[in-house]
Amino acid sequence: MSLDPFGVVVVVCAGLLTATALMALLRAERGPSMLDRTIALDILASTIVGAIALEAAWSRRIDTVPILVVLALVGFVGSVTIARFASVEPEGEGRILTREEIAAQESARLAAEDAERVSTDPEDHGGGAQGEVKE
Amino acid sequence: MIDVLAAVCLLGGSFLSFAAGMGLTRFPDLLSRMHTATKPQVLGLLLMMVGLALRLGNGPILSMLVLVALFQMLTSPVDAHMVARAGYRTGKVRNDLLVVDELTRDLEAARAAAGEQEDDAEPDDEEPAAGT
Repeated sequence: MSLDPFGVVVVVCAGLLTATALMALLRAERGPSMLDRTIALDILASTIVGAIALEAAWSRRIDTVPILVVLALVGFVGSVTIARFASVEPEGEGRILTREEIAAQESARLAAEDAERVSTDPEDHGGGAQGEVKE
Repeated sequence: MIDVLAAVCLLGGSFLSFAAGMGLTRFPDLLSRMHTATKPQVLGLLLMMVGLALRLGNGPILSMLVLVALFQMLTSPVDAHMVARAGYRTGKVRNDLLVVDELTRDLEAARAAAGEQEDDAEPDDEEPAAGT
């Protein structure tokens, strides 16, 4: 399939917009604070607006233009809301835990739950429920 | 001819958007990232809207594109203001990167003046007058 010159321009623009979206996602994943993530999501919304506009320009269709209006209107609501309720975050809170850390936290939580149940429930003789419930 | 203009606008818009993404990835702190999220991003989106308008020709759809540009220019400063205010109040602004920090200076001056005026008054909360 051969492209007309405008098609080449559209492909280049699509590549640039894709790179932008990927970098915004990278910042949203890595961003040290919640506000960095909201900024990244803001840019992602703007990039989606740009991509829809690019597609509309390529195929000369006008039925996607209302989507642009809606996205431009509501794109900022999320970041304004989060910024309104932003608070001081503890150090190290804003990163994604590794698999081992999650496993360690989860096993500690389960052990604490078990200890609490044994210490508070006189009916508990250890072990979970066995057999099946018949209706 | 119109298509060439539209193509130039779309390319420019995409490039500015790309610049915004690049700045978002590489800039060191919240305020500079916010800067990329507002200035290049909005200008890029406006350019893309101009390109789309040139490509679609005239018609009632153009008013919708104007609306998109208007909303973007209306909401982006609000967004940036809120994020910057929240960032300053929760201490995410890196002071060593700032060239001039008039807000902190003014807040300290205001606090000192208030302290002179009534000595027995309780010290106010963190930033009583940062924004609205």
